[in-house]
Amino acid sequence: MPEMIATRDGFGKALLNLGRENKLVVNLEADLGKSTKSILFAKEFPDRTINFGISEQDMITTAAGLAYSGKIPFASTFAIFTERAFEQIRNSVARVNLNVKIVGSHSGLLTGDDGDSAQCIEDLSVYRSLPNMVVLSPADAVETEKATYAMAEHVGPMYLRTGREKIPVLFDANYKFELGKGVLLRDGKDVTLFATGPLVSIALDAAKLLEQEKIYARVINIHTIKPIDKDLIIKAATETKAIVTAEDHNTIGGLGSAVSEVLTEYALAPLERVGVKDRFGESGKPAELYKKYGLTAEEIVKHAKKAIARKRV
Amino acid sequence: MQKLNNPEQLKKIANSLRKVIVEMVHRAQSGHPGGSLSAIDILTVLYYYKLHHDPKNPKWQDRDRFVLSKGHCTPAIYAILAELGYFPKEELLGYRKINALLQGHTSIHIHGIEMSAGSLGQGLSYGNGIAFAARLDKKDYKVYVMIGDGETQEGQVWEAAQTAGVHKLDNMVVLLDRNKIQNDWFVEKTKSIEPIADKWKAFNWHVIEIDGHDVKQIMKALDDANNPAIVNGKPCVIIAQTVKGKGVSFMENNPDFHGKAPNDAEFKQAMEELNKLG
Ligand SMILES: Cc1ncc(C[n+]2csc(CCOP(=O)(O)OP(=O)(O)O)c2C)c(N)n1
Ligand SMILES: [Mg+2]
Repeated sequence: MPEMIATRDGFGKALLNLGRENKLVVNLEADLGKSTKSILFAKEFPDRTINFGISEQDMITTAAGLAYSGKIPFASTFAIFTERAFEQIRNSVARVNLNVKIVGSHSGLLTGDDGDSAQCIEDLSVYRSLPNMVVLSPADAVETEKATYAMAEHVGPMYLRTGREKIPVLFDANYKFELGKGVLLRDGKDVTLFATGPLVSIALDAAKLLEQEKIYARVINIHTIKPIDKDLIIKAATETKAIVTAEDHNTIGGLGSAVSEVLTEYALAPLERVGVKDRFGESGKPAELYKKYGLTAEEIVKHAKKAIARKRV
Repeated sequence: MQKLNNPEQLKKIANSLRKVIVEMVHRAQSGHPGGSLSAIDILTVLYYYKLHHDPKNPKWQDRDRFVLSKGHCTPAIYAILAELGYFPKEELLGYRKINALLQGHTSIHIHGIEMSAGSLGQGLSYGNGIAFAARLDKKDYKVYVMIGDGETQEGQVWEAAQTAGVHKLDNMVVLLDRNKIQNDWFVEKTKSIEPIADKWKAFNWHVIEIDGHDVKQIMKALDDANNPAIVNGKPCVIIAQTVKGKGVSFMENNPDFHGKAPNDAEFKQAMEELNKLG
């Protein structure tokens, strides 16, 4: 059994380390520091923490003022509540290209029991549509930690998506995070599975199931939803000629759409999308929800076969 | 920057800038004259009498910051910045035109502009961010944020007011242009904001109320806002009673001229009236 850690914990650890290394980093929270894990930073650096209480619009726009003044603000709350400040993110952050780091935890159905008001299934879509915005969706706690360090390095507005539930750790401490670059986790010639976030480890399980049927799947982890790794997608489409995407997000607007845009423009190949099929979630355990909503290895296998069947000869 | 402290001289500058405002809006045949004319006396006194700034060095680290949260009132701020030499006056000719510097709403790509605004309700939060940065950097510059009275209907203004009040951001001064008119109609008939002074007091702000066209009162209010013995560790709001469209008879107190340009005949009349002011 692999070690299980939630991606939000990777963020909390990295933010604390950043606080120790970089005095410019400021932590902004909105009464969810215990959940997002920014509380680790807040405890050690109360003077560089601003708790807004429950006022997300104020938090995001204050982050813009801090970034304008040379600070590196990390503003975190539940993914869904970052969207409370969508227009502020659009007008005061992205439009002005300010160096604000937005972190949305509790993304996707993985959020579980809290139900559909908290399960954010459209953040990748809405933030991807903003010019200047970089959108990150890491696959495990280690990658999240590294992505958080990369956020402090990169100058410009960024969104990081984290999750509540513990998921398998895929990477070790030597893992090197490269912004904008997909990560080949397993090679194969018959179909490519592009996955993001918690679906990456599930896609790896799916590849093993496919192998039992002598179908060889390439598995690629897409941690940067925007800018998307166009070259890697074109290469996969050209070489394996069938594509599946998998994400804990609406199939509209997220990874599936991003990949689809590249395929239709540069390298046509049949695409099947695994994800939340344009509906809202409900309360339940994450594993139960994943089963009910089709975010499983079995479902990826089914989609892979469909994509392969649609291959042009 | 050399400071001016002669009230008559300041009033003269403000009145000459009124003409620049009306010219800009007339030339572009779009823009917001009403809230620019109501704010110009306050802005003139702020820039010529109080603000620590250097038009030749707009990013000077110790400068005071001015954030125009009611970012549609670009004719007023551009007129002042051009007059002070932040950019060449010829740029005013391109106001709201394609490929030109001067955007319809404020943009930080313009020297002297500290916030890309245009969406109301956000300037105070943004200004708080600058004020927090000053505190972290142990700098003693001030942050001034001008907001509209209609703008205070935005809930975010009160989120931000609460933040500044709770954190005792005494380097923050809000200039509230109480011109009684918003886009469509009169503020009090749209959604009353009264008792506006009591609201700020309840949010732990020091409140100063003045006539926003009386230069001496503006000077005193800005002095008091900078006086620790008076603000007593609190952020300060100056509620300036003003007349929307001030200086042009047919624009004064007329909701139609919130965001409408004068036609040629109206322009001629406006300039005649403003010329008489001196
Ligand atoms: C969030 C938002 N809603 C609506 C508008 C459109 N709008 C521009 S100016 C204005 C009225 C502003 O009134 P007030 O704050 O009183 O400004 P002033 O009278 O000083 O011009 C409106 C509704 C906007 N810019 N931002
Ligand atoms: Mg008004």
